[in-house]
Amino acid sequence: MSAASPIQNAAPADKKVKPVKAAKVAKPGANKVCMSVRNLDFFYADKQVLFGNTLDIAANKVTAFIGPSGCGKSTHIRTYNRMFDLYKGHRAEGEILLDGINILDPNVPALELRHKIGMIFQKPTPFPMSIMDNIAYGLRLQSGLSRSEIEGRVEKALKDAALWEEVKDKLNQAGTSLSGGQQQRLCIARALAVEPEVILMDEPCSALDPIATAKIEELIDELKQRFTIVIVTHNMQQAARASDFTAFFYLGKLIEFGDTQQIFTAPGKQQTEDYITGRFG
Amino acid sequence: MNQATRKLSGDTIFRALTMTFAAGVVLLFVTLIVVLWKESQLSIDAFGFGFLFSSDWNPVTEKFGAWIPIFGTLVSTFLALLFAIPLSLGIALFLTELAPAWLRTPFGTAIELLAAIPSIVYGMWGLFVLAPLMADHVQPWLGEHLGFIPLFSGPSMGIGMLTASLVLALMIIPFIASVTRDVFLMVPQNLKEAAYGLGCTTWEVARDITIPYGKKGIVGAVFLGMGRALGETMAVTFVIGNAYHLSWSLFAPGNSIASTLANEFTEADGDLYLSSLIELGLVLFLITFTVLTLAQLWLRRGMQESDR
Repeated sequence: MSAASPIQNAAPADKKVKPVKAAKVAKPGANKVCMSVRNLDFFYADKQVLFGNTLDIAANKVTAFIGPSGCGKSTHIRTYNRMFDLYKGHRAEGEILLDGINILDPNVPALELRHKIGMIFQKPTPFPMSIMDNIAYGLRLQSGLSRSEIEGRVEKALKDAALWEEVKDKLNQAGTSLSGGQQQRLCIARALAVEPEVILMDEPCSALDPIATAKIEELIDELKQRFTIVIVTHNMQQAARASDFTAFFYLGKLIEFGDTQQIFTAPGKQQTEDYITGRFG
Repeated sequence: MNQATRKLSGDTIFRALTMTFAAGVVLLFVTLIVVLWKESQLSIDAFGFGFLFSSDWNPVTEKFGAWIPIFGTLVSTFLALLFAIPLSLGIALFLTELAPAWLRTPFGTAIELLAAIPSIVYGMWGLFVLAPLMADHVQPWLGEHLGFIPLFSGPSMGIGMLTASLVLALMIIPFIASVTRDVFLMVPQNLKEAAYGLGCTTWEVARDITIPYGKKGIVGAVFLGMGRALGETMAVTFVIGNAYHLSWSLFAPGNSIASTLANEFTEADGDLYLSSLIELGLVLFLITFTVLTLAQLWLRRGMQESDR
């Protein structure tokens, strides 16, 4: 594929640039919806940090969350796999529907939810084990796969993450022995190996150099064939290059949501325009 | 005197002063070795290397061998670590991963305070509380169910190797647990979240992420506890039994280097007797020194690797 013109790539014919309507739900065009977020509020103890976020995440597309630091975009993405469960006093209200089930319902087991929703972090997080075991780890947690099946799926995941050629001769070396960009692709491979529906990426390139970043972006573009991707980014060029839809958050509110090209070329709100043109944030 | 020279002379004096202090420690260390070596010369000449491996200890015939105290020191330390390591890991995991936030600080402080109890208090507690408990309940039960293993055979006397090891374990737990807790606190939250994000339970995160990540630090903590256990004197003297007797049974009384010294130093009447005791001290010094040096090297290696 030609990575040179990702904006054009990201604008296939089925998505027309249309002005944002004043509709209550921010809808990603006519695409199949993967997750529906409705009136999502979030609280750190008594402090409310998200206010009535409502949007749909399109299946097999890349949705980017942008906004200044502290706008709540990371908090928002971390509700999708209930990561906040780990911390006392953190709670979310509202609805997040995945396959028709409200995942915020405490009766939905968080462990199973996290099998369906993978997450990549700002800094690479290789586990203290070999490259092989890093990928196989999630597989072993979930299923009674045989040794050879696991090895097959490790290889596939590493190929999917465009890392196989670089590591195939040193699968038994420590995951931490890789370079930063390789470590991040290792983490992506680890997430892919368990075949999630959605992959959350919380500023996945902020610790990487431009070349490693380009590789990850290229990878994101390929992965959306099979996965739904939600990416939080501080880098507006990255959002413009790599995503199909963009949501702009400010002070815990979803200000604007729509087709990426439209957000960047014809934003519907003054605040969005101010942010993407660098007037604040 | 202008500003520059005033500063300079101040620095010079300060440097000389601190250097003297630092050099004093090294000098003390060297002097210790030299004195121990010189004073044990009589025993070294008389018994040679055989001193280390002979299990004779007879002040009447003036035959001295260090094997029983060395054996006792190593076995009681090993057993103490065996008890203390899993407990300390459990305590550290509880304090970092499981305990509610309001409990962490008071609980952690309580563990650290255990280290401040004088060792003689541990010894008295071991002799008056733990030893009868062992004699009346624990040892009979072990003997009944596991008596076919030589380790758990023999009469239940309360005092002995097993009781000494338990008291030692209790004494080193605060060291190992609090250092291990600090090690666990250094595990990046992101790394744990990544594991949780894959669907891990808290136990799986602890077993596969937190403990392996902190492995080097944990080993350092264990060495620290080991150094303490090797040299512990009073508490062990109270409960180990002080018998020159080599036995498979953990119920049997034994001896350690430190307890031998504590018991016999004042009674040593012959020159060779005294010299042999001092050589025992030298042996203990070398064992402890080796262990702590290894620990330092290990920790330094760990730090260099995590720097990369």
